[in-house]
Amino acid sequence: MIIDKVIGEGFGNSSIIFQINKKTIMLYAIETSGITKQFDDITAVNKVSISVKPGELFGLLGPNGAGKTTLINMLSTMTDPSGGSAAVWGFDVVKNADMVRQSIGVVFQDTTLDDRLTGRENLDLHGRLYGLDGKTRKKRIEEVLSLVELTDRADALVKTYSGGMMRRLEIARGLMHHPHVLFLDEPTLGLDPQTRIHIWEYIKTLNKEEGVTIMLTTHYMEEADHLCDRIAIIDHGEIVALDSPEAMKNSLGGDVITLELEKPGDIAGLCSAYQKNGCANIVSQKNNEVFITVRDGERQIPHVLALASNAGIPIISVSLRKPTLDDVFLHHTGKAIRDKEAGEVERVGYIIRSRRK
Amino acid sequence: MVKKALNTVYTMWLREMLRFWRSKSRIIGALATPLFFLIILGAGFSSSFQMQGGGAFNKSYLAPGLIGMSVLFASLMGGVSIIWDREFGFLKEILIAPVSRFFVALGKAVGGVTTAMIQGVLIMIIAWLIGVQYVSIWGVLASIIIMFISGIGFIGLGIALASRIESHEGFQMVMSFLTMPLVLLSGAFFPISNLPAWLSALVYANPLTYGVEALRYCLLGGSAIPIFLSITVLVLFALVMTAIGGKMFGKMRV
Repeated sequence: MIIDKVIGEGFGNSSIIFQINKKTIMLYAIETSGITKQFDDITAVNKVSISVKPGELFGLLGPNGAGKTTLINMLSTMTDPSGGSAAVWGFDVVKNADMVRQSIGVVFQDTTLDDRLTGRENLDLHGRLYGLDGKTRKKRIEEVLSLVELTDRADALVKTYSGGMMRRLEIARGLMHHPHVLFLDEPTLGLDPQTRIHIWEYIKTLNKEEGVTIMLTTHYMEEADHLCDRIAIIDHGEIVALDSPEAMKNSLGGDVITLELEKPGDIAGLCSAYQKNGCANIVSQKNNEVFITVRDGERQIPHVLALASNAGIPIISVSLRKPTLDDVFLHHTGKAIRDKEAGEVERVGYIIRSRRK
Repeated sequence: MVKKALNTVYTMWLREMLRFWRSKSRIIGALATPLFFLIILGAGFSSSFQMQGGGAFNKSYLAPGLIGMSVLFASLMGGVSIIWDREFGFLKEILIAPVSRFFVALGKAVGGVTTAMIQGVLIMIIAWLIGVQYVSIWGVLASIIIMFISGIGFIGLGIALASRIESHEGFQMVMSFLTMPLVLLSGAFFPISNLPAWLSALVYANPLTYGVEALRYCLLGGSAIPIFLSITVLVLFALVMTAIGGKMFGKMRV
């Protein structure tokens, strides 16, 4: 294999774009190397290194304040990193910000539409800013409108749209200029479950049919699980796990047995009893519940219960299920993502929307 | 390069025009204030006051001042509207686009000044319809150019302020502490040739004074400040404010 020419800037020894027999090959659509963002006394993103392949649907999963949005802001050139480096579509996000901007589409967490204009006008202005000529704009507007099924509402003012319609219009707008990489920051935040599933369908279609590389952030487990090829779990600005959702769940090793205890104080004793006996792969805890991951869960329940009664610890209930990303998250961060975050985030979404009225 | 810059300016201008067209009722409101001043103050003043030297102190004298006032309101507003763009998120959409921020600011300015000129011209026409006499059609055309130059200056000022103001509460404060003194100290409502020294110093330090005086020269044929001085000050003000506004907008964080 002879490399004719190296086109893009890469890191270390691996250059991410090169030509082989006059064919351009790109290893990674997004590549970061120890990227860091420091705000006064908080490190929002700490030495994150990830590589996303072209055409991948990559998810950043983590609680609010984990650093997902800051990471996306750095990759989309909205914020400068304090350390490390990153390249998007082969262009350095600091040195070559203009080329990065031309190559990406971004849908921010809060709406960024002009609500005094119509949907079509919003798309048209976007096309102009990205240098599309009149004919291309017209054609593309129809394409993206029909993709998100907004054709019949295109000439209504955006302030008359519902939250879900606005989000769809923003996704359409992010696609206007044929970006190679699309960043979606909490694409379904504050939307009702039906609209959420609808948006998932659009995201999947884009990824499969238009071949757009997508990086999305979410704190909804089922969203990450349903959509993403690979997920990075991010907590306190660091990547704590990175793999496909399936591999992550399998890595826990089988089924999850949940035991509910009568007294939360017994948890420590029970955990150590199990760990000493070596029957559980992973044990984690939350309030007065203990999660045990075992192979062949149905056959293990009697054994698990016997160990508890030997240790003299009363159990209220027991249940068995397949592991979810919640368990993966709990295992890696020691806390459940839903405990406090979801409620708060949804309230913020509601406030933002109600202020627009 | 040039084409891309022009395209950015045009896009931003187009957006301002679309928004302007959508807010027709607001424009009628914006025209009402100067017209009330013109009609009521014009009638009130002319029945009680006389100019030094015997000239009538009437609505004709007030008209250029009120055109200047509406240009000031509209253009400051146009610049400061960036605060709303930030508040409602649209600013992010502009800042993430692969275009120069300076030309974004310039497009915003050209858009704002267009709306200011439309309002100024509407006042000029209405004033003419209710009996204000202008010296010549050339003077009327020249006054539109004056509106443009002074409008650009005040939009630059508005953009610079908006880049530093964090909230729309701050905006309310700026508007009341800035617009009223600027208007009252501009000679829009009184002749500026025989003022007490302290007042005179403030009036001559106010860029709007030169805008009003230049309009007065073009529309009525005479002014207290020589027209060349007025135009020089206005052009310098416009250039300096565009530079400052463009620079501050470039540094703006969302």
